[in-house]
Amino acid sequence: MTIEELQDIGKIEKEKQEGFKYRIHVCVAAGCLSSQSGLVKESLEKEVARRGLESWALVKGVGCLGLCTAGPMVAIEPDGLLYQCVSVSDASDIVEALGGSPVNRLDCSAHLPFFARQRKIVLENCGRVDPESIEDYIAEGGYEALYNALRTMTPAGVIEQITKSGLRGRGGAGFPTGLKWTAVSKAKSNVKFVICNADEGDPGAFMDRSVLESDPHRVLEGMAIAGLAVGANYGFIYVRSEYPLAVKRIRTAIARAERLGVLGRNIFNTTFSFDVTVRLGAGAFVCGEETALIASIEGRRGSPRPRPPFPSELGLWGYPTLINNVETFANVPPIIRKGGVWFASIGTEKSKGTKVFALAGRVNNTGLIEAPMGTTLREIVLDIGGGIIGDGKFKAILTGGPSGGCIPAQFLDMSMDYESLAQVGAIMGSGGLIVMDDSSCMVDVAKFFIEFCMSESCGKCVPCRVGTVQIHNLLKRITEGGGKPSDMEMLEELCDLVKNTSLCGLGQTAPNPVLSTMRYFTDEYRAHIEDRVCPAGTCHMKPTEESQ
Amino acid sequence: MRYPAFLQRISDRADVQPVRTLTFSINGQVLSAREDETILSVARENGISIPTLCHMDGLSERGACRLCIVEIKGSPKLSPSCVTLPRQDMEVTTNSDRVKNYRRKILELLFTERNHICSVCVSNGHCDLQALTTELGMTHVHYDYLHTRHAVDASHERFSVDHNRCVLCQRCIRVCEEIEGAHTWDVMGRGYLSKVISDLNQPWGESSTCTGCGKCVQVCPTGALSEKGKSVAEMTKRRQFLPYLKLMRGDESR
Amino acid sequence: MDEKEVDRIRANEDRRWRLVNRTMRLHGHQPDALIETLHAVQESFGFLDTDSLKYVAESLRLPLSVVFGVATFYHFFTLKPPGDHTCVVCLGTACYIAGSSNILKTVEEQTGIKTGETTPDRKLSLLTARCMGSCGLAPVVVFDGEVHGKMSSASVLEKVGRLMNHDD
Repeated sequence: MTIEELQDIGKIEKEKQEGFKYRIHVCVAAGCLSSQSGLVKESLEKEVARRGLESWALVKGVGCLGLCTAGPMVAIEPDGLLYQCVSVSDASDIVEALGGSPVNRLDCSAHLPFFARQRKIVLENCGRVDPESIEDYIAEGGYEALYNALRTMTPAGVIEQITKSGLRGRGGAGFPTGLKWTAVSKAKSNVKFVICNADEGDPGAFMDRSVLESDPHRVLEGMAIAGLAVGANYGFIYVRSEYPLAVKRIRTAIARAERLGVLGRNIFNTTFSFDVTVRLGAGAFVCGEETALIASIEGRRGSPRPRPPFPSELGLWGYPTLINNVETFANVPPIIRKGGVWFASIGTEKSKGTKVFALAGRVNNTGLIEAPMGTTLREIVLDIGGGIIGDGKFKAILTGGPSGGCIPAQFLDMSMDYESLAQVGAIMGSGGLIVMDDSSCMVDVAKFFIEFCMSESCGKCVPCRVGTVQIHNLLKRITEGGGKPSDMEMLEELCDLVKNTSLCGLGQTAPNPVLSTMRYFTDEYRAHIEDRVCPAGTCHMKPTEESQ
Repeated sequence: MRYPAFLQRISDRADVQPVRTLTFSINGQVLSAREDETILSVARENGISIPTLCHMDGLSERGACRLCIVEIKGSPKLSPSCVTLPRQDMEVTTNSDRVKNYRRKILELLFTERNHICSVCVSNGHCDLQALTTELGMTHVHYDYLHTRHAVDASHERFSVDHNRCVLCQRCIRVCEEIEGAHTWDVMGRGYLSKVISDLNQPWGESSTCTGCGKCVQVCPTGALSEKGKSVAEMTKRRQFLPYLKLMRGDESR
Repeated sequence: MDEKEVDRIRANEDRRWRLVNRTMRLHGHQPDALIETLHAVQESFGFLDTDSLKYVAESLRLPLSVVFGVATFYHFFTLKPPGDHTCVVCLGTACYIAGSSNILKTVEEQTGIKTGETTPDRKLSLLTARCMGSCGLAPVVVFDGEVHGKMSSASVLEKVGRLMNHDD
């Protein structure tokens, strides 16, 4: 295939779609699908057919529109109308209103700040392209970056752009992507691998899922560019088995891309080949750690091994391996298309570009958002998130899931970037944001997370295996009203031990939620221990036994 | 150093450079080493003791018990010396208060996990775990005991396994896989629910793969694996065979 | 499991084994196919029994203990046959904040079974999950693979009652 042929495919698709006066976009990502958006799409199609408007209006399934809480969502193009909470019975009214005045009861304009405050790079196609159509992706300029990287750039040139862009790993730790790519490209081996980490085990995070479900080709293109840059011809996508729709969509996307010749053997008639295989996870949070993930792809128990040697040197089956997260790969095509300098112009000094967040918990607008690095917490929670549900008061926001920390209200004006978050004892993590209000007890939340880490620990190293159980038992005792004054000190000691001596990232970060809640909500711990009272009223304190 | 079996392909790679030597220091003592030797082995060659539990000469390294952690100047993280290679001019400290403190606490955690009551154990007096308490100066346990209960499996005709004494060091699994080649043992479950199993979690005596060689019993650091008929403090372990066997079976890691 | 049995499975006489054999063939019967193969077994049979573990171990030339270790490491695999219907309560962070632990407690009280168990009449299995990625709809409960969002104790109980009392 040549660039002209690629552009032709895009042009034909675009003309085909623009031939319709109206395009009705129905969200068919998992969130809306579980609110029956599949039926809504069907009834809209029937309604259009019933009125004989097939050549005038197109009903198209698209990826995540973002505002999951108001699903199923329907967008009308080119008017830019947005309907929320659409049900099957609304189909006839929606089709009726095409060209006339919109259906007011479904109007979504109250949520405007949610959409207005965002800036989309990774999610630019979400809600616009049909995730099961490669032509649609090409019509939006898809695979041109891969073509240019293959035909007009050298592998070193590709890495240079990535380095210039300042892109950092979106999986959590924020390691500079350019450095990682350089390391793998320098490793001497005839066989190398590229792995896309889509094992989004962090509870409360669904960014990677949405990207895979809404725009799978973007990830494939990013992986192929990475393969070209580091000299790898094989790619693996490791996806959680809890995401069946994402698995289906990415498999469809691989098949279509191979058929078109933009993936697989001799891409764009060059000598470069890149095969991508999907591998399923099976419910293990620790497999998000890169060496555990490699073990899992090799068919073994997902136990991490000590690093160094790093996977860039000794990875899958002993070969140099590049592992990046879904969102990192999704950032690659736009960087190659528009240049590293463009990307570096967005964000803060050390954190470039945008970040996709999964906003959930006690906020009005839960869903998927993308904002430039450096956006303040206040903007995210109060403007984009639309504030706290009901008349609750903002108490804390949790970033980074079980490895992250709870950030209290006093830091609401903090900028969201890697360094600022680390300063307050939290981490960026993969981007899950859980907002909590007065109804959440921070000791209980800490217990929840340490319980998570305890049951997700692989059991290999002693501090993580036994230490997390000890921490959990202490917190359990405190939330049940049996806490002793010395428990706080003991908690700190155990957290310090687990953090500093565990083998992998899971253990090293597991105490973070406990440490951050102890730091910012000391009074709440005291109330549990000294007064045997849970200020939020969620812990069930057993009657006091004087003997304890 | 010997990597686990799955990593051994590095030895097949033609681009690996011939081994160089370098100098670095442990506790201020300047030492020379081959670049493929671990800090632990260099230390031991030079009479510097570093406590270990999951490490065993002749078996692959796991880096899991975390007792051999050392400080490396310039790195905030503690490194397991059994899998860390020295680099030129590296400054390693093996006996700082910080490290000694952590080691003792980790050992305490091990004692809280399962039931390790020496006075009624077949390995009393010949136990690596017990020896570590003296080495690390652990006098008491200041954490709560978890003492998860486990069954004793005495179905094998010559040996028995008491999971209450197991520290999950996986020496038995490794010797069975790497030296005997039977791979009867492995771990089931994960986290604190992990347990060493034979075959499909069936009684040891019913295992179809066990050759009855008893190597696992000899490498076990505690009284978890023992010979039948031994009473309290009678179980001594014979491990002299390991280096010879390793040599005879061909050291694959070269 | 005797040789005849293995031959029968290899010959694909039982249709359910076809998917399993196909998966192993696609991966060239290499050891790294283990997790994919266990997925296929669970998809075909609903759980992993001893015979299928033995068969998989033999076909992929893996030690039995390795197969058992992997099957029990990953929480997605189950060694017990599930009931006719499954109810999975999500205990991810967003759902937890939204009160899913209370939902779980109510269901446990109503059905008399604990997480991971199946009712004596084998009608319903109760399970928990760590985040289904539908946090926007918290709290989420999955009935027979279908995600239901914004649930309450009452709506879950109603659904559970219907599943337990109907034969379909």
